[in-house]
Amino acid sequence: MSCSHLETDIAVIGAGPAGIAAALAASERGARVAMIDMMDEAGGRVWAGGPAHGGTRRAHAMATLEGRGVLHLRGVRAIAGAPQRLLLEGAAGAHLVQHGRLILATGARELQLPFPGWTLPGVVAAGGLQLMLKSGLRLEGRRVVVAGTGPLLLAAANTARQAGARVDCIAEQAPRERLLHFALQLPRFPDRLLQAVQLRAALLRTPYRAGLRLQQAEAGEGGWVCRVTLADAQGRTQHHDCDLLAIGHSLLPELQLAALLGCRLRDDGQGVTTDAFGATSVPGLYAAGEAAGVGGQRKAWIEGRIAGLAAAGRLDETEALLPQADKERRYAALLQQAFAPRREESPALTPETIVCRCEDVPLWQLADCASWREARLQQRCGMGHCQGRLCGGALALHRGWRTGADTRIPIVPTRLDTFIHLAQLTPGDSP
Amino acid sequence: MSAMITLHIDGTPYRVPEGQSLAAALIALQLPSRVSVGGTPRTPFCGMGVCGECRVTVGDEPGVLACLTACRHGLSVRTR
Amino acid sequence: MASADVIVIGAGIVGAAIAAAAAREGLRVLVLSDGLPGDGVTAAGMGHLVVLDDDPAELALCKLSMALWRAFEHQPRAQYHRCGTLWIARDDAERELLRHKQARLASAGIGTQWLSGSEVESAEPALRLGLAAGLCVGSDAAVYAPAVAADLVAQACEQHGARLLMPCRVRALRPGGVLLDDGGTLDAGAVVVAAGPQTGQLIPQLPLIPRKGHLVITDRAPQARLSHQVVEVGYGASAHGGGDSVAFNVQPRPTGQLLIGSCRQPGRADAALDPQMLARMCSRAMDFMPALASARLLRAWTGVRPGAPDGRPYIGRWPALSGTWVAAGHEGIGVTTALGTARLLVDQLLGRPTVMDAAPFDPARAVRMAAAA
Repeated sequence: MSCSHLETDIAVIGAGPAGIAAALAASERGARVAMIDMMDEAGGRVWAGGPAHGGTRRAHAMATLEGRGVLHLRGVRAIAGAPQRLLLEGAAGAHLVQHGRLILATGARELQLPFPGWTLPGVVAAGGLQLMLKSGLRLEGRRVVVAGTGPLLLAAANTARQAGARVDCIAEQAPRERLLHFALQLPRFPDRLLQAVQLRAALLRTPYRAGLRLQQAEAGEGGWVCRVTLADAQGRTQHHDCDLLAIGHSLLPELQLAALLGCRLRDDGQGVTTDAFGATSVPGLYAAGEAAGVGGQRKAWIEGRIAGLAAAGRLDETEALLPQADKERRYAALLQQAFAPRREESPALTPETIVCRCEDVPLWQLADCASWREARLQQRCGMGHCQGRLCGGALALHRGWRTGADTRIPIVPTRLDTFIHLAQLTPGDSP
Repeated sequence: MSAMITLHIDGTPYRVPEGQSLAAALIALQLPSRVSVGGTPRTPFCGMGVCGECRVTVGDEPGVLACLTACRHGLSVRTR
Repeated sequence: MASADVIVIGAGIVGAAIAAAAAREGLRVLVLSDGLPGDGVTAAGMGHLVVLDDDPAELALCKLSMALWRAFEHQPRAQYHRCGTLWIARDDAERELLRHKQARLASAGIGTQWLSGSEVESAEPALRLGLAAGLCVGSDAAVYAPAVAADLVAQACEQHGARLLMPCRVRALRPGGVLLDDGGTLDAGAVVVAAGPQTGQLIPQLPLIPRKGHLVITDRAPQARLSHQVVEVGYGASAHGGGDSVAFNVQPRPTGQLLIGSCRQPGRADAALDPQMLARMCSRAMDFMPALASARLLRAWTGVRPGAPDGRPYIGRWPALSGTWVAAGHEGIGVTTALGTARLLVDQLLGRPTVMDAAPFDPARAVRMAAAA
């Protein structure tokens, strides 16, 4: 595999709202910018396929970036890094990027909690379903149930509905009281309130139930999911026939590149530690958007802009933006408080429930494990393809283990013929 | 609306919208992407390159993530 | 009243094997471990059961230990994989090395199968073409050592009354006992130091040279298969040479994953991943096995192989401190020789004649080595 070389002033990892905003701000101030994203289309999880407003803004932003000569590396993932250097892998080859400053806008991934039947064909992540819908999936004639916790459930349900699906139920495991409390805080954030009202209006015919957790998914004759059982706090159950079950239990920031590069992370694991300008503990390294704390699109956009300005040396120009960024962080804290899953409200596991999907490790095999390390070393849990990204989140919740602590090379599974270009991370005697 | 193209999954031809993710196509067609270590069929799950449930062989290359791959005419996909 | 008859410091494969062997003999055993049994260096290694022939004493120890490893062949958690080792030669000079290897192994009663270049191609189609020859040691194997170590300790505790203290850090050795990090003391008739790289902290006068290594593991790789663990014959030079080196060494795991090594950085004991070494190691792997190019790597990690300057482990009494014994310095064959080490050590603890000559492993030689330096 070949390895191309790229030099830039500012590298931006992620082409979602935060990354795009950062690239816009930095390029506007004359910096050479390269934006790197694993998807073929920019927009991250959030944009395109969603509200028309988002689609137009993204298209306009991308056109502007192209006009300014901002490089957009698509379908490319960071696999390792060193000071001022990144090794990336794409389908066509490897890339070595030498950069001045780096802005991490790596977004978030979903926390997924296991329950009996969650590995059945047709059970998909809510955010994952949204991305598939974004890429053109149509769901005419399909019944969809959405369950778990967090505002993403509503967004996914709405996107599914727009693609022709019949969404029979949105089950939110947080209790009604907490949802009400969250809703009562929304007027402090008028934009969010408007968004919530719009979403609810779009889903008026869809039952949205609180205090309802996943209990079991079952398959039909063909092996595809056909039914889901939900349970309330008193154990009363309800069944829904479905063709697709979309699940999600809130979002976690994507932190592996940040950790690898030595950034200090927040104690609560909720993001990279940053100052008001997005600067991390590593000089020249910034973080914006979900990576600095899950808080949605607006937070991402404004933090991206601030970090882009800061990275381009225009700290003074960020002044006016800081109060709004502050406000967005307060919203993020509110989101976290409302929707971080609580163990006692989460789906219950049976001994046979698969915990590690990659290696098919059921709960009972982890009974004697006292730590994450022991689970991995002795039971193969977390030692498969995803290297614990899925089961780690679940076990952190259920067992209280610290599962996100590792920093690894490669960050994602990488072809060996890409890996040999690791030598280029250390300047000097590169071949 | 996207043009429809033909690709093959485990030898069978399918018509899918061009540019749709391969994972989306598998979901639409109700086809598993892989078989787990324990022998159970799996379909794309996280949709964003994390879980690995959508690993398929595309052409000669195994371990390709369907959720990060767009449907293109002539693609030859194997799930087992 | 002593805490135990025997304190074993370290619950890696060597410590675990000793604890299990001692407990089976009816000794009261107390195992002290700073981490999980089977973790540490044991977890970082390849679990390759391989007879190394560079040194006659080491070869005899390997042979003894390999026979004892057969007992694990059908234990599921050991994942005993009778893959054998296929040593490969690239040219005439290396073919000569293989011939010598075959002869030395034969003189120790270890059967091997010679393969011509084309026979190597048939046996392992994934390897590059044009190799000169191969030597297959069919009795070699691979095991998952962390599980074996953990199970040995658990068995010793559950069936023979041994005890495990974990986490437990030993600050220093004392005559007939140990001083713990928290200030407590423990006494025993015998203290066995099987602490891997930490052995040097407890017994500074025991020369131990760390040799840092890297490994990477692939995802299940249907396009790149091996039937044997394949090692280039130049590996031997790498193990005993002076500078940083890499050698082709790939093990097929029962899962279908490939474990890729190996490299050595003498004198290095840190855990940090070194991109240069990883790149070199992987380049060499791809060189010998082109099909590896598209294999996907899941994880890379490091481990430290502590070895004695003369290349042989220390197994026996440490004369400078009463009641102290050592089982350390196994360099890259800790897993292979763990069971044999335990046998020799426990025989010596009990004052029994050893089943093979243990003199070459006498820790007292360290004093002589230091005096000669």
